[in-house]
Amino acid sequence: MRFKTFTSPHMSPVRSVHRVMRQVLYGLLPGTAAMAWFFGWGVLVNVLLAVTVALATEALMLLLRRRPVRPFITDLSAVVAGWLFALAIPPLTPWWITLVGVAFAMAVAKHLYGGLGYNPFNPAMIGYVVAVISFPREMTLWIPPGTLADPAFTFSQTLGIIFQGQLPAGLSWDAVTSATPLDRIQSGLGVGQPLGAIQDTPLFGFVAGRGWEWINLAFLAGGLWLLHRRVITWQAPAGMLGALFLISGLFWLMDPAAYPDPLFQLFSGAAMLGAFFIATDPVSGSATPGGRLLFGAGVGLLVFIIRSWGAYAEGVAFAVLLMNMMAPTIDQYTQPRVFGRRARGQEDQG
Amino acid sequence: MTATPHKLWQFHGGLKLPDHKAESTGGPVVTPPLAERLILPLRQHIGQPAQACVQQGQRVFKGQIIARCDTYVGAHIHAPTSGRVVAIGDHPVPHPSGLSAPCITLEPDGEDDWGDCRMRPLGEDEAADPTTLRNRVREAGIVGLGGAAFPAAVKLNPRPGQAIDTLIVNGAECEPYITCDDMLMRTRAREIIAGLLLVQRTLGPARCLIGIEDNKPEALRAMTEALGGEEQDNIRIVALPSIYPTGGERQLIRVLTGREVPSDGLPADVGVVCHNVATLAAIHRAVHHGEPLISRIVTVTGSGVRSPRNLQVPIGTPIAHLVAHAGGYTEAVERLIMGGPMMGFALPSDEVPIIKGGNCVLAAEAGEVSAPEPVMPCIRCGECVRVCPVRLLPQQLYWHTRAKEFDKAQDHNLFDCIECGCCAHVCPSNIPLVQYFRFAKNEIWAQERERKQADAARMRHELRRQRLEREKREKAERMNRKRQASGSGGASGAADAAKKAAVQAALERAQARKAAKQDASGSDAS
Repeated sequence: MRFKTFTSPHMSPVRSVHRVMRQVLYGLLPGTAAMAWFFGWGVLVNVLLAVTVALATEALMLLLRRRPVRPFITDLSAVVAGWLFALAIPPLTPWWITLVGVAFAMAVAKHLYGGLGYNPFNPAMIGYVVAVISFPREMTLWIPPGTLADPAFTFSQTLGIIFQGQLPAGLSWDAVTSATPLDRIQSGLGVGQPLGAIQDTPLFGFVAGRGWEWINLAFLAGGLWLLHRRVITWQAPAGMLGALFLISGLFWLMDPAAYPDPLFQLFSGAAMLGAFFIATDPVSGSATPGGRLLFGAGVGLLVFIIRSWGAYAEGVAFAVLLMNMMAPTIDQYTQPRVFGRRARGQEDQG
Repeated sequence: MTATPHKLWQFHGGLKLPDHKAESTGGPVVTPPLAERLILPLRQHIGQPAQACVQQGQRVFKGQIIARCDTYVGAHIHAPTSGRVVAIGDHPVPHPSGLSAPCITLEPDGEDDWGDCRMRPLGEDEAADPTTLRNRVREAGIVGLGGAAFPAAVKLNPRPGQAIDTLIVNGAECEPYITCDDMLMRTRAREIIAGLLLVQRTLGPARCLIGIEDNKPEALRAMTEALGGEEQDNIRIVALPSIYPTGGERQLIRVLTGREVPSDGLPADVGVVCHNVATLAAIHRAVHHGEPLISRIVTVTGSGVRSPRNLQVPIGTPIAHLVAHAGGYTEAVERLIMGGPMMGFALPSDEVPIIKGGNCVLAAEAGEVSAPEPVMPCIRCGECVRVCPVRLLPQQLYWHTRAKEFDKAQDHNLFDCIECGCCAHVCPSNIPLVQYFRFAKNEIWAQERERKQADAARMRHELRRQRLEREKREKAERMNRKRQASGSGGASGAADAAKKAAVQAALERAQARKAAKQDASGSDAS
C-alpha cells in the first residue's frame, strides 16, 4: 500500500494566528467596556468604524498585492489593529480622522512593508501618530469621564458628532471637552501650579485620573488573562511597567511636588493598554525573552520621559515606535545561551 | 509506587502532549507468525554499512552472521530465523529519503533452526571482564534500540582517562503513541535489570539512574519490583515528569544529573553513559542466552490500524505484515509513519522492513495528523522560542534559512537543533520549521562537499599545469642535449642533470598522486 509523505512533526498544530488574535480581542473586551462606560457611545462607534476601515483597507491591499484575501482577512490581525487605534483616540473623533489613520496604518505601515509579519512598526501606533501629528486639535478633544448610565451624549447625538461634526444645539466644543488628567498635569506644572493642587480637582480619582484608573485596571485584567492563556509573555509588560514604576518612583521621591507618584503613572493614560497589548505586539517587538524585557523597559522609560518633559502628555505610541526601531538590534544582542554551549562572547568564533 | 526520591533538574521548554499510549498497551505483547520474507538492510546503524558475507541461494541458520561490519562504529547483521537467502540487492528501506539501499532478503523455512550459530552463554565471571562483554555485545550486533541505533559496544568502551560516574537507563519513552519500551519494562523488567548489572560492572559508575516518565506507572512498578532485593543505593528508579522530549539523551541527562552535555561533545564528557532499556535487555540476552539482536518489540498504533498493539517481531519483518497482525488498516488511513508523531518520518510504502532502531509504526487517519494547511507568515510570536529544548531561536533560524543566509543560520547554532518538532507543533502560522532546518543543514553539507570537490579539482588542475610545463621543459632539455651530444660528443654534467630531473619528476608525480588521493578520501568521508 502506498502513502503520501509529509515531514515531521505529524501531530496536529494546536494554535493558529486566528486563534491568537481572537484571544487578544477577548483580552481587550474588559478595557473597551470600561472605556465605553466612562466615555460613552463614541468609544464603541470608533471601534466599529476603525475595524471596518481596517478590514476594507486590508482586503483592498491584499487584492492589489495579489495575495489570497480569505486567509489574511480571517486571521483577525486587521481587526486587532483597528481596535487598538480606536482605543487610542478621543471618543468623539471625527470619522475622517479614523479613516485616514487606520487606512494609513493598514496600507502604509502594514502592507507596503509586506503585510502580516513583516511590518517593522506597530501599525495601530503609526496610524495614531499620523493622526496626532496631522490633526493635533481634533486629537485632543477628550471629554470628561461620565458614565454610560448617564451619558453626556445619546447614541444618536454621538453619531451626529462623529459623522457630521454637529454638536447638539446649544453646546460648544469648549463646553463639552476637557483635558485628560495627563494633559492637565502637564499644563498645570508648566505654569507652575503645585501638583497637589492640580490633583485636587474632580478630574482625579483614587490613584489616577477619574475613570482612567478603572480603565487601566480593566486593561490590566484583560492582559493578565492573556498571560494566563499564554497568548503573550510576561517580559514586555513586566519590563515596561517595572521601568515606568522605578523611574517615576525615583523622581517622585526626589521631588513629589513636581512628579506624580508611580502608581499614578501606571494607572494613567494608555499605560496598561500599552504594556499588555501594544508592547507585546510580536511582529514589531523584540523576539528573544531577554530582548522583550529590554524592549518593555525601553518603552517604560520613554513613556516617562515623554510624559514628564515631552511635547505630548501621553507617550506610549511614540515610545513603542522608537523601541520598534531598536528591536532588531536588541534581538541581536540578547540571544539566549544555547543548551550545551557557553555564554555568547566566551564562545570562540568559527 | 516506590520510586526513590531524587532531585530533578529541568531543561528549557518542551511540551506536554496528549500521550496516546493507552491505545496500544491494552493487551500483551504478541508474537505474530513469521512473514514470508524478511528484508535486512545492510545499514541499520550509525556508521559504515555491513558487508554481506552470504551468497544468494545460500541456506542460513538462525543467528548466523549474514553481513559483517568490522569497523569500530558498526554492527553485524544476523539471520533472524533459518531459511534461504533469495536476494542481495537494492530494496526500499525505512529512511526519510524513501530511497532503496542494499538489503539481504531472506525466505524463512519455518524451522527456526539455530544450527550451531547460537553463541555460547557467558558465565558471570566471564561477563565481568570488560573486553569479553564488549566483544560479545559487538558480536551480537547490538545497537541502541531507542531509535538512534548507535553501536552499543562503543558506549561500553570509554576513552582512557574518561571517568564514567553515572549510568543512565533511558526508559522515558517521551514521544506520544510509542509504548514498546513501556511494554518491555512491564513484561521483562528482570532482563533489563540483568543487562544493567552487566553494564554497571563494566563501566563501574558510582550510580545508576533509571529514568521513566510518570505516565507509565505499571512500568515503574514492574521495574521497582524487578530491582527488588538488588535495589541498592547506587541504582535508583526515578519517575520523571512527562514532558516531551525528556527522553532525548541530552535532555534526560540534564533532568537526572543537572549536567549539560557540551554542544560538540558526548555524554561521556560529563561522566555519563546512557543506554535505552531495550538495549540493556538485548545485552542480557546476548550474554546470558547467546542470542544476537534478531528481534525487537514494535508498537503498531494510531487511528489507522484496527487493533493497536505491541508485536515482538524478527528484524526485517515488512511493515505490511506488522499492520496485518494489528488488525489491518482502517478505511480512512491517511499516513504511515516510522517512529513517533513528532520525530518519525512518513513512509511512502509499507513494503519497507522494521530495522533494529525501529520502535513504532504509526498509521494515522486524516483527523489525527497535521494537514498541509495554508502556511501564514511568521508573526514572531516567540512560542517556538518558548518551547525549544535547546534554547534556540527557531524564528530567527527560519528567517535566515528562508533567505538562504546559511552562515547566519549557523551563527544562530542551526546544528544544535535536535529536530524534536516542538517549534513546528506550536507555530500558529503552521510553518514547517523543522523542514526548513533540515533543508538548511543539508544545503550546508552539500556546499561543504562542493567546496571540497572544487578545491580538489583546482589542485588537480594546478598539478596538471605544473606537470605539462615540466614535461615541456624536459622535452626541450632533451632536445638540447641531443643536439649537444651530436655536436660535441656529450658532457657528463648534462647527463647528471638529466638524471636528477628525472628523479625529481618521479617524486613530484608521487606527491601529486598522494595529494589527489587524500582529497578524494576527504570528500568521501564528509
